[in-house]
Amino acid sequence: MSLFSIFNVAGSGMSAQSQRLNVVASNLANADSATSSTGQVYRAKQVVFSAVPVSGADATGVQVEQVVEDKSPPRLKYDPQNPLADGKGYVAMPNVNVVEEMVNMISASRSYQTNVDMMNAAKTMLQKTLTLGQ
Amino acid sequence: MMGPVDSNMNFQEVALRLREQRQQVLASNIANADTPGYKARDFNFNQALAAALGQTGGNAMNMAQTASGHMPGISDTSNGVALQYRNPQQNTVNGNTVDLDTERNQFTDNALRYEASLTMVTMHIKKMLAAIQG
Repeated sequence: MSLFSIFNVAGSGMSAQSQRLNVVASNLANADSATSSTGQVYRAKQVVFSAVPVSGADATGVQVEQVVEDKSPPRLKYDPQNPLADGKGYVAMPNVNVVEEMVNMISASRSYQTNVDMMNAAKTMLQKTLTLGQ
Repeated sequence: MMGPVDSNMNFQEVALRLREQRQQVLASNIANADTPGYKARDFNFNQALAAALGQTGGNAMNMAQTASGHMPGISDTSNGVALQYRNPQQNTVNGNTVDLDTERNQFTDNALRYEASLTMVTMHIKKMLAAIQG
């Protein structure tokens, strides 16, 4: 039954999108973290999606291939009172772009919803098939 | 095996199987709406149905074999269905050609047509039962 593999496809989409949402949440929460467990300034993280074949022949799911760190330079903030300030009084702040992250969040949540809708549609189709001839 | 009864059911059965497969291909497209470089795929239902029922014109995608030693050059197929890439309506920066509106439209359309075929089979079964039971 090809319909069952739609569950796998939609499921892979849902887990990939929720991982993306997780990364967005982590970026937003750390938008002002001037230091982290490594002692370095926090850098924005982004997920990289890739298509992956699932059980069926034509079915193609999606997976998070890797989580990359944003390479752009940290934002410098003038704050001489901060103990983390350098000789000139600048503190390196995370390179998280809050607007970009909000857009990313909305996109991830919409894509997640689409995958849920898709799973519901497949479920309805299967239920109708089960009552065939009744 | 059963003659006219069987052949009548066969048409709907083939149609249902192809609808299922198409649903799976469309589900893959929707799940990969955010995957960079993913190309949306689909197949021509009419051609696939004609090919599955053994009518002419269905295997237009296959290469001609003009000598006995030729290998059957079957194009990108799965179970005899030729998958083709969709023409993008708008270009995107990441090379993804999934248009969510088109895909969702086709997904819903395909699901409804699947249910229509199911109804036909149910009616057929009811008709047969009426003929048997009187």
